[in-house]
Amino acid sequence: MKITQISVFLENRKGRLHEVCSLLGDNGINIRALTVAETESFGVLRIVVDKSDEAVALLRENGFVANFTDVVAIEVGDRPGGLAAVLKIFATNDVNIEYMYAFVEKHSDKALLVFRFEDADFAQQVLARHSISVVTRKEIEGL
Amino acid sequence: MEVPFWNKEIETLDRSSLEKIQLERLREAIGWSLKTPFYSKKLAQAGIGSPDDIKGLEDLRRVPFTVKDDLRRSFPKGHLSVEMTDVVRVHSSSGTTGIPTVIYYSREDLERWTDLLARCIVATGAAPRDIFQNMMTYGLFTGGLGLHYGAERVGMTVIPISGGNTKRQIQVMKDFQTTVLHITPSYLLHIHSQLQADGIDRASLSLDRALIGAEPHSENTRRKIEELLQIQAFNSYGLSELNGPGVAFECVCRQDMHVWEDAYIVEIIDPETGENVEDGQEGEVVLTNLIRQAAPILRYRTRDLAFLHTEPCACGRTHRRLSRIRGRTDDMLIIGGVNVFPSQIEEKIMKIPEVATNYQIHVDKKGALDRLIIKVEIYPKLFLGEASKLDALRQHIKEEVRSSIVINPVVELHEPGSLPVFEGKAKRVVDTRPQE
Amino acid sequence: MIWKEDVECADRAALQVLQSDHLKKLIPYIYHNCPVYKQKLEDAGVSPDSVQSIDDIKRLPFTTKEDMRDHYPYGLFSAPQEQINEIHVSSGTTGNPTLVGYTRDDLALWSDVMARVLCCAGAEPDDTIQIAYGYGLFTGGLGFHYGALEMGLRIIPTSSGQTARQLKIMQDFKPRIIGCTPSYALYMAEEAKELGIDPREGNWRIGIFGAEPWSDSIRQEIEDAWNMLATDVYGLSEIIGPGVAQECQYKDGLHIFSDVFFPEIINPETGEEVAPGEDGELVITTLTKQGIPLIRYRTRDIVSITYETCRCGRTSPRISKIKGRTDDMIVVRGINVFPSQIEHVLVGIEGTQPHYQIVVDRAAHKLDQVEVLVEVEERFFSDEIKHLTELRDTIKKEIQAVLSVGVKVTLVEPKTIERSMGKSKRIVDKRTL
Repeated sequence: MKITQISVFLENRKGRLHEVCSLLGDNGINIRALTVAETESFGVLRIVVDKSDEAVALLRENGFVANFTDVVAIEVGDRPGGLAAVLKIFATNDVNIEYMYAFVEKHSDKALLVFRFEDADFAQQVLARHSISVVTRKEIEGL
Repeated sequence: MEVPFWNKEIETLDRSSLEKIQLERLREAIGWSLKTPFYSKKLAQAGIGSPDDIKGLEDLRRVPFTVKDDLRRSFPKGHLSVEMTDVVRVHSSSGTTGIPTVIYYSREDLERWTDLLARCIVATGAAPRDIFQNMMTYGLFTGGLGLHYGAERVGMTVIPISGGNTKRQIQVMKDFQTTVLHITPSYLLHIHSQLQADGIDRASLSLDRALIGAEPHSENTRRKIEELLQIQAFNSYGLSELNGPGVAFECVCRQDMHVWEDAYIVEIIDPETGENVEDGQEGEVVLTNLIRQAAPILRYRTRDLAFLHTEPCACGRTHRRLSRIRGRTDDMLIIGGVNVFPSQIEEKIMKIPEVATNYQIHVDKKGALDRLIIKVEIYPKLFLGEASKLDALRQHIKEEVRSSIVINPVVELHEPGSLPVFEGKAKRVVDTRPQE
Repeated sequence: MIWKEDVECADRAALQVLQSDHLKKLIPYIYHNCPVYKQKLEDAGVSPDSVQSIDDIKRLPFTTKEDMRDHYPYGLFSAPQEQINEIHVSSGTTGNPTLVGYTRDDLALWSDVMARVLCCAGAEPDDTIQIAYGYGLFTGGLGFHYGALEMGLRIIPTSSGQTARQLKIMQDFKPRIIGCTPSYALYMAEEAKELGIDPREGNWRIGIFGAEPWSDSIRQEIEDAWNMLATDVYGLSEIIGPGVAQECQYKDGLHIFSDVFFPEIINPETGEEVAPGEDGELVITTLTKQGIPLIRYRTRDIVSITYETCRCGRTSPRISKIKGRTDDMIVVRGINVFPSQIEHVLVGIEGTQPHYQIVVDRAAHKLDQVEVLVEVEERFFSDEIKHLTELRDTIKKEIQAVLSVGVKVTLVEPKTIERSMGKSKRIVDKRTL
């Protein structure tokens, strides 16, 4: 089950990240997970929020370039080696990860991680085969 | 076959008349040389104090060799036979590090050199009607301006585009329907890749000839160039110490390069002993410039390895032919104790049809052992096939190379465009072994 | 020394006779050899034999950069291709570059006017010249080369760049003359100091600087830095390359070689001639060229002109330094850059009207830097950094291929580039020229 991530183009300018976050905050949109990938002159902000469609419309209205990307959120045991165990399964099954980052909060005592896979469908098959639970869109909205 | 000439009388002169001219000019060159601080000393040590001490061509062997370090040591003016006021041009070798080799020309020197270059161009069949895109670097490097003078002398339409900016090069080829290129072989192969990548139809271009030089390359590379670009490729030989391009050039027969023997005396020696070898045997090329007054140069050791043909050429020229440069005495790699010339590797890999247009040779050390890694670009469609086929190709390349140099290389296959591209002289060998 | 004293110091009446003679031959030559011009002359109601004196020039139609572009490559040639000995190409406004073709006689003309330039700057026959203008398709390098050959100077063809080597050659060969762009002369002075060389102790005594606009305050800076005479050379590839006009030691305007390049100064709006001393657009007719002779070519350079005899003895008219342009062209490191070229590249990549801005800057004594800001549109925005950097690199590569000058490309957020009257402000030039 894929969930929606929002990607936003950001120039490396002072206060730019703050502007995005306060825009979302002022409109009652809650950021559940966040990461920034950057180069020397620009960056891409990646967020998972509770109300994706609303957030993108809002961002675009305010002159930001934003779009949707499918990602997978996975529950990982919150203990030493928990992540490593999952990554090992990916490695042995030739699942390519483009990038990953962590959620702000836990979900039923487990850590939540966001993965962007090269081939999300294939990755989900592998996940299912190894009984690793993924988090649904509904669950994200209810967090 | 029609054989064009620039100066038919000189180019087809019988051997004895040619040698008579050589002797006269050698005496003249000795006279010039005696006026330079460097040669007056050197020749005196060899017992030559006047041009009259040269009785026959064989007396040239009494003259000591000149090596690159001699030119560097006496920089800048130890080699001048004339007053600085008579020097009208200064060029310098591509020595970007350390002291460059400087070359001086008088007005007459430039005139004679230009005439020789016109001879080279016409020998390939190129003519005044041709549109000549000169893709060698202009400036202190002799490759660009040298052929520029020659092409203007012939009366071609010259486009002095210099090196680099591949897109623009191709645009100009299209817009002006260029017919003749002057270019390094590696850059020409890159041009081909770019044409393919841009989906440009060869038929939209009018290319007939490529004059290729400035870096050693194998016969298979030439064939590859001719097949891929549907063009005739002519080998060119020259080095800035001896004026620049125009020492030897291929004629329409394309069976190795005529050395213009009225302008240069060519010898082939054993690089170890310094003795002259039999005709037809490979050795180091040694050249004496008979037509440069401002900075004469006698018996210059080029470090290039080649041999002289003993058979006459079908074109009727009497000037002997020099083989392609088969290696350099100083680019020889010693890998695991075995002598390897990069040209041997190139010769093997360029005849394999799956191999595209670019390659690189790496040498490093793994533990105590030398390791040879050959990186080749192959055509992209091959990557779509089965992995087993790629393995077989890798194996094939490996065996081909091993059959030639005895060493077992590591072969890496790369997608086109992934290896470094050179818009001038290519750097094919990367040796990362620690210096002893 | 004056290279061609008989024409450079001729009295005005004699000069006009010469100009009239040239024009009387030129117009029929063009009319019968160049169909495009034939049409143009007919449209203007000019029959070739009606042109009898230089004063008739006012009846002739103008030629513009668009004419050159529209008839690229061979449309404006009057000589057949077999007679063309050399071709140069410079950047055009969009798409097609501007082309120059020289016959053997045109090359001889170029050599002659460049020898006049060198003499006018103060070169003597036994001088050595270091030519640090770029060699190749750019006309700067080879133009100086031909002039120096004609004059018999000793030539060191260093071409542009490799500053440390330029300075070493200056020290080793002590050339009295240097030719390069004015900004490069300043840059080299700074580099010299870094390398522990005092530029005032350097060997260059006369500089012939051109290919980009520069002011008298830059001149002062160069002269102080190098302890040399800094002179200005003017030319444009459409006319011949460098060699159209040159300052003498008095630095009081550039002597234009009007026996071969006939100048008029016009009001760019009305096309009417303006009075001497008044600013207007420089229009040039090439009176003797064969390959691509041009009638009343509009240079788009704003200058003024004087016809008074100079203290050096030359009677040739003198034009001022370039005071501006009638279009939005800028010159960066000697290369002409039109915003439309960059726009053309972006349209090619993005397929739509792009929003962009060109920022040109020169840090103190450094070379010009060009930065192109491009707004990222939704369609091109990718979540992958890799794709965005690829987009940026493609834009950079394509712009560089067109301009032949290095640029920095920066992707910016939409609507961040200022729009005035619906159109973006395309160029921000932060340099003090």
